[in-house]
Amino acid sequence: MATAVPAMRSADDVSAARARAAAALCVLAVAGHRIGGIVLRDSSAGAQQWITALRALLPSSMKVLRLPASATDDRIFGGLDLAATIATGIPVAERGVVADAHGGVVIIPLIERMPVATQARIGGVLDSGVAQVLRDGVRAEFEAEFTLIVIDESDEDVWGVAAALRDRLALVLDGDVRVDESVLPDRDTIATARARVGHVHADDEVMQGIGSVCAGFGIASDRASRQALWAARALAALDDRHRVDEGDVSLAVQLVLAPRATRVPPPEPLEQEQELEPHQPQDQPEERPPEPPSADASQSEPPPPSNDESGAMEDRLVDAVTAAIPPELLATLLARAQRPSQESGKAGAESESWTRGRQVAARRGRPDGVRRLHVLETLRAAAPWQRARARAGELRGVPVRSLIVERDDFRVRRYVERAGTSVIFVVDASGSAAAQRLGEAKGAVEALLVESYARRDRVSLIAFRGTTADVMLPPTRALARARKLLASLPGGGGTPLATAIDAAISAGVSARRAGTMPVVVFLTDGRANVARDGKGGRAESMRDALDAAAQFRSNKLSAVLIDTSPRPEPMAQRVADAMGARYVPLPVVDARAIAGAIALAKEVG
Amino acid sequence: MRVAFPFSAIVGQEQMKLALLIATVDPSVGGVLVLGDRGTGKSTVVRALPALLPSMKAVEGCRYGCDPSANGSRCDECLERASHTSKGKLPITDKRVPVIDLPLGATEDRVVGALDIEKALRNGEKAFEPGLLARAHRGFLYVDEVNLLEDHLVDLLLDVAQTGENVVERDGVSVRHPARFVLVGSGNPEEGDLRPQLLDRFGLSVEVRTSDDVAQRVEVIRRRDAYERDSAAFLATWDAADAAVRTRILAARKRLPTVQVPDAVLQRAVQLCVELGTDGVRGELTLLRAARATAALDGAKTVTDAHVTTVAPMALRHRLRRNVLDEGGSGTRVARGITAIYGDG
Repeated sequence: MATAVPAMRSADDVSAARARAAAALCVLAVAGHRIGGIVLRDSSAGAQQWITALRALLPSSMKVLRLPASATDDRIFGGLDLAATIATGIPVAERGVVADAHGGVVIIPLIERMPVATQARIGGVLDSGVAQVLRDGVRAEFEAEFTLIVIDESDEDVWGVAAALRDRLALVLDGDVRVDESVLPDRDTIATARARVGHVHADDEVMQGIGSVCAGFGIASDRASRQALWAARALAALDDRHRVDEGDVSLAVQLVLAPRATRVPPPEPLEQEQELEPHQPQDQPEERPPEPPSADASQSEPPPPSNDESGAMEDRLVDAVTAAIPPELLATLLARAQRPSQESGKAGAESESWTRGRQVAARRGRPDGVRRLHVLETLRAAAPWQRARARAGELRGVPVRSLIVERDDFRVRRYVERAGTSVIFVVDASGSAAAQRLGEAKGAVEALLVESYARRDRVSLIAFRGTTADVMLPPTRALARARKLLASLPGGGGTPLATAIDAAISAGVSARRAGTMPVVVFLTDGRANVARDGKGGRAESMRDALDAAAQFRSNKLSAVLIDTSPRPEPMAQRVADAMGARYVPLPVVDARAIAGAIALAKEVG
Repeated sequence: MRVAFPFSAIVGQEQMKLALLIATVDPSVGGVLVLGDRGTGKSTVVRALPALLPSMKAVEGCRYGCDPSANGSRCDECLERASHTSKGKLPITDKRVPVIDLPLGATEDRVVGALDIEKALRNGEKAFEPGLLARAHRGFLYVDEVNLLEDHLVDLLLDVAQTGENVVERDGVSVRHPARFVLVGSGNPEEGDLRPQLLDRFGLSVEVRTSDDVAQRVEVIRRRDAYERDSAAFLATWDAADAAVRTRILAARKRLPTVQVPDAVLQRAVQLCVELGTDGVRGELTLLRAARATAALDGAKTVTDAHVTTVAPMALRHRLRRNVLDEGGSGTRVARGITAIYGDG
């Protein structure tokens, strides 16, 4: 184990988290852009402490730039230099933040607010080390090799950082990311290690180990394996060695690979597994056998150490990774291993944001407080007249300017809002919404999903039963996932209607904030019997539900309530009325009727 | 700028490599769509193309890289120049096949081209400044994360790719120039489905997965590491292998016009399309073209059933009438269709 790096296995959880944060910090300080960067899933304050500690270890001359999530493409990647363009009358390119940060560090706070396409593009720059600008009359390329730190403050079960970007970042710290600065090495040690890391040798056994872990834990990305290798090198360099040892690899795979596990390896030793599955040709990817079947969920015991010399390190690495997978994730993975399923498991759900207005052709007009000048189009409009104007000016004895722009030349930007719809399904999975009725409702929802697909709506799914309302699926266009979730929705328990309405409000408001038009579709019989405080009692539950409904209404959210009870249920109607929702009793509806109701709700909203 | 990872050194991803080779031998198969997990080397394969592909002849000094051969389409500038020479002959130069990246966030003016402002302001000259489409002429246009590209840009690209001509009417310039390119799009469907209208406008579609085979994974790491540590030496190691692929492409292009499709093979290929219920004739045409290009790459004189079944998944999987909610892979359905028509052999 590298002595300069704090030990990661500690007695209690807090110090284990601290040690992990410190180890990640050391690795990033040494490996830098070679491993892309890190996702800090913590509050801004915690992340700030971590970043300050990192900066203390980096060369003081190194550039560290903050990039707000709302930054426009031209500021991030480069674009038109307005001042120079106006001064010269010729489009002049300007570097963006990623190019300015070449050789340094970029920090993006609140990454969850950055559009997915922008995140994906930043990911592309991390890969190529070059920022390519092709916009507004400018064509340029800038060197942009940098280390990226993103701060993701979205909720626990959602990723704010897009998968496209996440894959490029080797490290992720979840929860409390603060480090104990006293355990960190000093700046000189880091500087020496940074100089050495490119020369650290890794044996074939190391690559074997990393390859086995990737295959065993279902980590598809080859980037991950490369990053793990660099992390191991960084750890060796920190320990003043020229060769990666097992301790380095072990820590590296825990840091880089464990958070990306999509399954756990079967309990048999990996070597046997390989013999059972003959070499698989790449050209028939569809025909891969299903994922390892029937691993006993209770058997989180690692496989017994093999006597085979060559396999020993791989096994120990598998143990190390298994131990480093966060407990909740591990439970999910083990459960998944139980049922044969083709789903390519993902640790978290994606969130996306698509909703900046699209810029369309500029229009003639004077810029004012609202309309922004489109410099390039204005220049384009002015360009053909320059000679004539100059000549006319000479005749009138006006001194010749380099560029003559007249009122008619002004062009302003126009944007088209991509006002997509976000359909939020709030499904009652409680005992009172009898199983069969729920089945019918699911059928209706599936039909709606097909329609949503055609319209490219986003959908999300909230299910409520017992005492909670859970976001089963954050807003997504991957509707197949929505359907799968819906089909496997468990039923039974109380009806916490108030909690469900509260959840719908927060989902609706955040969909609106993301620029989409939310429409909430409730599927319930409206018979609330669990109050906000989680206690039973019809009267309190109903009072809470009506109170929540009033708040729902004051948020001006469009909604449809589909009554799933066998006969129209007065309670459901009352709640619908209180929310200002359209009320549709299920016995008389088919999917088309519901779709019609939703269409109406949209118009109203 | 980093040098590209050599094509031949890429481990696995045979389907994607084959699809791109088919497109270089016969660009008329249409674009290639690559879907798959992140980090599986989709971009690596595309970026390896410039170094791999044989160079092409182009009109010297032509901004669009016009094809100098008799049947090649010419841009207006070349036509104008040719009219001033005695025999209409223009000087010829060797040019690398362009592989152009379309970054997300590119604006329309840079893609299709626009008025050259500098010339307009300096000389009062109304000149056209070609965009990306002109640069991609006779080569490849690559869009990573194609599912995140703005819809209107994707539509524009597909339209130009299909007609082979870029028509620009903006800023008072009116220009049309040849723009034939193979559109290569990659993406991860988990990040948002692709519009169905978009899917079947790509000629070929491949799914990229990472192997679970440890040996293969280890080989990927080894090669990548060797490349990152000393790319010059690594490139030298793979030079001969890339050259062999280059020779194969040239031979295949030469052979392609003479490759025969026996009636029986054609019949079964059509049966397969009927069995799978693919929409329209585009599927059948693409299937045959891809099979012919594959035969040519194999050095065969005639197309066999084996060629057809090899390319059937990539030519047809995205043309099946799709139940949007059915995740049961379309590849499996194609495989089932193949078994139905060709048996288990």
